[in-house]
Amino acid sequence: MAADDVKMRVSGLDFYYGPKQSLFQISLQVPTNRITAVIGPSGCGKSTFLRTLNRMYETVPHARAEGEILLDNEDLLTMDAVALRRRVGMVFQRPNPFPKSIFDNIAYGLRVNGTHSGAALQEKVEKSLRRAALWDEVKDQLHKSAYALSVGQQQRLCIARALAVDPEVLLLDEPCSALDPIATAKIEELLYSLQDQCTLIIVTHNMQQAARVADFTGFFLLGKLIEYNKTEIIFKTPAKKETEDYITGRFG
Amino acid sequence: MQWRNSRRKFVNYFMFSLTGLCALVAVGFLFFILGYLVWNGGSSLSWAFLTHLPTPVGEPGGGMANAIVGSGKLLLLASAFGIPIGFLGGVYLAEFGGRSFPFVVRYTADLLNGVPSILIGIFAYAIVVLPMKHFSALAGGLALGVMMIPIAVRSTEEALRTVPLMLREGALALGASKWKTIATVVVPAARKGIVTGIILDIARVAGETAPLLFTALNNQFWSPGWNQPIASLPVMVYTYAISPYDDWHRQAWAGGLVLLTLVLVANIVVRLSVSGRSAR
Repeated sequence: MAADDVKMRVSGLDFYYGPKQSLFQISLQVPTNRITAVIGPSGCGKSTFLRTLNRMYETVPHARAEGEILLDNEDLLTMDAVALRRRVGMVFQRPNPFPKSIFDNIAYGLRVNGTHSGAALQEKVEKSLRRAALWDEVKDQLHKSAYALSVGQQQRLCIARALAVDPEVLLLDEPCSALDPIATAKIEELLYSLQDQCTLIIVTHNMQQAARVADFTGFFLLGKLIEYNKTEIIFKTPAKKETEDYITGRFG
Repeated sequence: MQWRNSRRKFVNYFMFSLTGLCALVAVGFLFFILGYLVWNGGSSLSWAFLTHLPTPVGEPGGGMANAIVGSGKLLLLASAFGIPIGFLGGVYLAEFGGRSFPFVVRYTADLLNGVPSILIGIFAYAIVVLPMKHFSALAGGLALGVMMIPIAVRSTEEALRTVPLMLREGALALGASKWKTIATVVVPAARKGIVTGIILDIARVAGETAPLLFTALNNQFWSPGWNQPIASLPVMVYTYAISPYDDWHRQAWAGGLVLLTLVLVANIVVRLSVSGRSAR
C-alpha cells in the first residue's frame, strides 16, 4: 500500500486485561477510504482489537495496550481520548440508541462537540440521516422516540449518529449480528456507499459478509493476526493453513 | 400408606392456610389503621380543619393548617439539604469505580439509615439549636435532611445502575467525556427511578416525629422565616393525642388521617407511574 493510502498503521500491538494478554504483536495497515474486515472464530480477539482503535477499553480497569497505532501519523494511544473518538467513530453489535427522540440522538454527538445552533443541527441531522439511508423513512417523525423504530432502523440510526460528527474512520463491531437478512443487506449496501467519505473497519463473524463488502481482510486466531491481505487472496488463495481451515469451515 | 398420604395432605393444607392467614394479617394492619383513622378522624375532617389555626382549648373549631404548612416547609428544607447530597453521592457510587472507598461509603450510608431518628434529633439539637439558642425550622429541616441522605444515595445508585453499559459506551464513542455522558445520557435515562426514589424518600421522612421533638418543637401559630419553632403534622398529632382534652383527641385523629393520606397518595402515585412505564 502506498504511504498516503494508509489511514491507520498498527505496529506490534499487545493488549492486556490485567496480567492476561489477549492480543499478540498485531501489525497491519488499514487503507484509506476502503472497507477492511476482521474475521475469526469467537474469542479470537477481533472485538478487543477493534476497541483498541478508539480506546474504548479505557472503561475497563486494568486494561492496557502497548505498541504503536498511528492515525495519519499521529500516535493514537497517547492522543486525547475525546479528540480521538471524534475522528474514529463506532457502531456496536446491538443498536444502542439513547432514550431520546430520533433528532436528539443524531444531534447528540454534534451538541457534545459544540454545535448548538438550531439551523446547523437541523442541516447536519438531515445530512446524516440521508447518508445512512434513513431520511425518507423517518423525516416526518424526527421527534418520536428512537425506540419506536425497528431494530434494523435503529442500527441505521446508530450509524447516522456516528456519521453526524464526520468521523474519518468508522469502526463497526458485528453491526448486523442482531439483524435479519433484509436489514443486513440494507446495511451492507449502506457501508458500500460510505467508503468514499470514510475509512471503514468491520468486525464480522460472517465470512460471506466479509467476502461481499471488504477490500482487505484480516484473519485473527487466539489473539494473533494470522493473515492480512486483499479479501480475494484471503478467500481464494490463503497463504496460511489456519486461514484455509477457517475459511473452509473446518472450525468455527 | 393411605394414612401417610392424608397426613401429608393435611399438613400441606394447614401450612397453606397458616401462611395465607399471616399474609392477610400483615396486609390487614394497613387497612386496620386506615380504617381506624377514618372512623375516628373522618368526622373532624373539614375545610376549616385544613385551613384554620388551632384555637385555645375549650373554644370550638380550629384546625391544623399551620402544621400542614409547617410539615411542607420542613420537608422543603430537608429536601434542599438532603437530596442534592444524596443524589450526587449516589452518582459517585454508581459511576466512579474504586473498591474500598465506595464500599465504605455504601456501608456507612446503610448504618446512617439505621441510626435511631431520635439520636439524629439530638445531633441537630446540639449543632443548631444550642448555638442559635432557640428551636427552629432550620434545625428540624436539618434533622430530616440528614435522614433523607442515605435513602437518596442508595436509590439514586440503584436507579443509575439499571442504565445499560451500552448506552454509556454509545455516548463515549461519540466523543463525550465521562461527566458529560453521566449528565446527558445516564441520569436522564434513569430519571424515572431517581424521581421515584426522591418522592418515596420525602414520604418516608414526612412522618418522622422524634427528630422534630426538640429541634422544630411545635407552634400553635404560623412561623414565618426559618428560625422559629414550627408546627408539623406528626408533632401536632403527638401533642394533641397525649393531652387530656377530647376535642384535641378528635383533632389528633384527623391530623393522623391527613398525614397517612398524604403518605399513601405519594406512594400510590409513584407506584402507578412506575408500572405504567412501557417495558424496554
